[in-house]
Amino acid sequence: MSALDLSRWQFGITTVYHFIFVPLTIGLAPLVAGLQTAWVRTGDERWLRLTKFFGKLFLINFAMGVVTGIVQEFQFGMNWSEYSRFVGDVFGAPLALEALIAFFLESTFLGLWIFGWDRLSPRVHLATIWLAAVGVVTSAYFIIAANSFMQHPVGVVFNPVTKRAELTSLLDVLTNSTTLAAFPHTVTASFVVSGTFVAGIAGWWTVRSAKAGREDDASMYRSALRLGLAVLVVSGAGVAYTGDVQSKLMFAQQPMKMAAAEALCDTEKGAGFSLVAVGDLGNACDVRQITVPGLTSFLATGDFAGELKGVKDLQKEYSRLYGPGDYVPLLPATYWNFRMMIGFGAFSAALALAGLWLTRKGAIPSSDRFAQLALLALPMPFLANATGWIFTEMGRQPWIVAPNPTGDPRNRFLTAEAVSPYVDTPTVALSLVVFTVLYGTLAVVWFQLMRRYAAAGAPVVPAAGSSSGPSDDEDSPLSFAY
Amino acid sequence: MDIHTLRIIWFVLIATLWVGYLVLEGFDFGVGMLLPVLGRTDTERRVVINTIGPVWDGNEVWLITAGGATFAAFPLWYSTLFSAFYLPLLLILVALILRGVAFEYRGKVDDDRWRRRWDTAIIFGSAVPALVWGIAFGNMVHGLRVEHYRAGPFSVLLHAFTPYALLTGLTTVTLFLLHGALFLGLKTRDDLRERAVRIAGKLSIPTAAVAGAWAVWTQLSYGKTWTWVPVLAAAACLAGVVLAARAGREAPGFALTSLTTVLAVVIIFGSLYPNVLPLLGGESLTIDNASSTRTTLTVMTWVAVVMTPVVVAYTTWTYWVFRRRLGLGDIPVPIGRPHRPDPAS
Repeated sequence: MSALDLSRWQFGITTVYHFIFVPLTIGLAPLVAGLQTAWVRTGDERWLRLTKFFGKLFLINFAMGVVTGIVQEFQFGMNWSEYSRFVGDVFGAPLALEALIAFFLESTFLGLWIFGWDRLSPRVHLATIWLAAVGVVTSAYFIIAANSFMQHPVGVVFNPVTKRAELTSLLDVLTNSTTLAAFPHTVTASFVVSGTFVAGIAGWWTVRSAKAGREDDASMYRSALRLGLAVLVVSGAGVAYTGDVQSKLMFAQQPMKMAAAEALCDTEKGAGFSLVAVGDLGNACDVRQITVPGLTSFLATGDFAGELKGVKDLQKEYSRLYGPGDYVPLLPATYWNFRMMIGFGAFSAALALAGLWLTRKGAIPSSDRFAQLALLALPMPFLANATGWIFTEMGRQPWIVAPNPTGDPRNRFLTAEAVSPYVDTPTVALSLVVFTVLYGTLAVVWFQLMRRYAAAGAPVVPAAGSSSGPSDDEDSPLSFAY
Repeated sequence: MDIHTLRIIWFVLIATLWVGYLVLEGFDFGVGMLLPVLGRTDTERRVVINTIGPVWDGNEVWLITAGGATFAAFPLWYSTLFSAFYLPLLLILVALILRGVAFEYRGKVDDDRWRRRWDTAIIFGSAVPALVWGIAFGNMVHGLRVEHYRAGPFSVLLHAFTPYALLTGLTTVTLFLLHGALFLGLKTRDDLRERAVRIAGKLSIPTAAVAGAWAVWTQLSYGKTWTWVPVLAAAACLAGVVLAARAGREAPGFALTSLTTVLAVVIIFGSLYPNVLPLLGGESLTIDNASSTRTTLTVMTWVAVVMTPVVVAYTTWTYWVFRRRLGLGDIPVPIGRPHRPDPAS
């Protein structure tokens, strides 16, 4: 394999891995902040127990997101130096803004939150988790803006002398229509993750507590279950709606990607939505599919008879515009990842429906089947997020910066041109092995800790009054220490 | 503002971000490296770790910001430096990943073997970046041979261990050790504090000798006339550190190691200017030929002007909130889950 292939694998592996932890961080930070707000407002100890329970799981997860994030920033220079040279003028800015505006905020205030239980007044302490949550969501905005530039470059002009893309307006980059669609999609998808996470774990504990006759616990976990379900319903509707907005935009901005999502080979009027494909889905375009007639045309254009360009015609068109080359993404990857994204998301919807039904009118669910469904649903939205990103990124290939159909076509860059010219195969092979082994090991540790702390249940908190508020007593131990 | 002024501003701002990173994470690294020396029992080790517990993550963001700012302001510097120094950066990344996870996970399982493993990760994750950053900076000041760059990262690595670069690495390691010992003197009490200050006293003379030799070598080989000023100031600071550390006065000592670190960054970036990466046998990268356009630099300047004071303000407040010294009595009983999950729970 060439250094290019290995660099692609490395970027794919490290990014998908990083994005296991990130959506949970984005979605869970505001929920933990919400739980703590409920405690501060009501003084009800159950909310404090839930805050500590999900707060601990949040922190175990947050650490992984932080440490794998540094790799992401460094890789652009290490493995993709030609890319960095080509777009650094535009692409570096959101990364720098992300660090300066978001990362400082989230890390500093999270440090204050973790260690500040007895150093800050309850209200100030509550503010720290909200500020950390703001930082987390803000960081998502900047990185989506950076990614959206790669999908749909705006706010940029091509300089033929330096052969680099140059910034004309940072505001245009930050308000890219692609960003405005992708950011809410990513954030709602993150809330699907955290809603499922909270509902899944709390649902399992509700059943368990109810069966063991611990009614107080069961009612506490039921509250968390209802919160998770409410988040899941709202964000589930949001993710579907924003996904629809985004796919319409993508049909206009990256028609090849959406044709590849459907493995739509020939230009069709009233194109159907393929449910499954039978046969070898290579780039050969000879499979039989079971389709819902007209649905894809409707989703793309709002008209069941709308015309959609197929892969073959787009390939011809791109060859004419951008010179000879293969402009078709890997169809099996785009086709199946797109379907898996939707399918895994549907699992969370099943949990939402079952949970809402079983908790209606104050009921406390106690069926083993629901407990099993709750656990089974946990990994699903993670997989939906991962496959969604794999689709988005692989569907953009062969481009690293896809040409904007309504912009200057010279602002385009092939992934194959973007790789560091002097970073050789042994080097990337080494780093790929190192990252894979290290990440694999840490994944096991992360999973075991998450399981262990989830299985331990919400901690019992000391009686009210003894654990809150600033303490200047030199002799009392810290309420929290590593 | 004209583009040249903007380039100078961003060169200075990036140097400032490195100052923030090396001063703050410098003592984190020192604390991590001193973990096995000062922490004889688990409770002592927990005191040591908790002195930086609330702040290490924020301190690391200075590095991410420096990286992002270099990417945005000098894309050619970023892309050349990071792809050339691929292997040292890989090592640093592995170290920082292990260290960061170790802080968070060490106390999560109540088991000695588990804790010992993560302690090793903290020590490795602190010592390796302390050394490698120094060696990398030494190479950056000296410049990169074009034929090594073109022959790939292994070739760059193979030629990185020059006497000057190794001295730079030794300087960062010793300086951060001393910086960390004085920080621990400031943040702990009783026996731990006394031992930390005693270690600082012992470290001070070798550190001053190594760092002084490095400053003079840098000045003679790469310096400009005006860089004699930070070199002499650094020498005065180092002399002051020796006096303060040996007198057991950790506060002025810590202020002086911080100032020495600031001056070291001034010496490095002052020697580089107007280059950002000298390319030996080729055209060097300078603030002019490696920079972004005026539009990018202008808008980034505005963001930096508005945001940096805010960041500095809340960071300072954080240090104020956690100003109290820690002692053995502050450490609660281990909060980790038992190693084997309790089947009854």
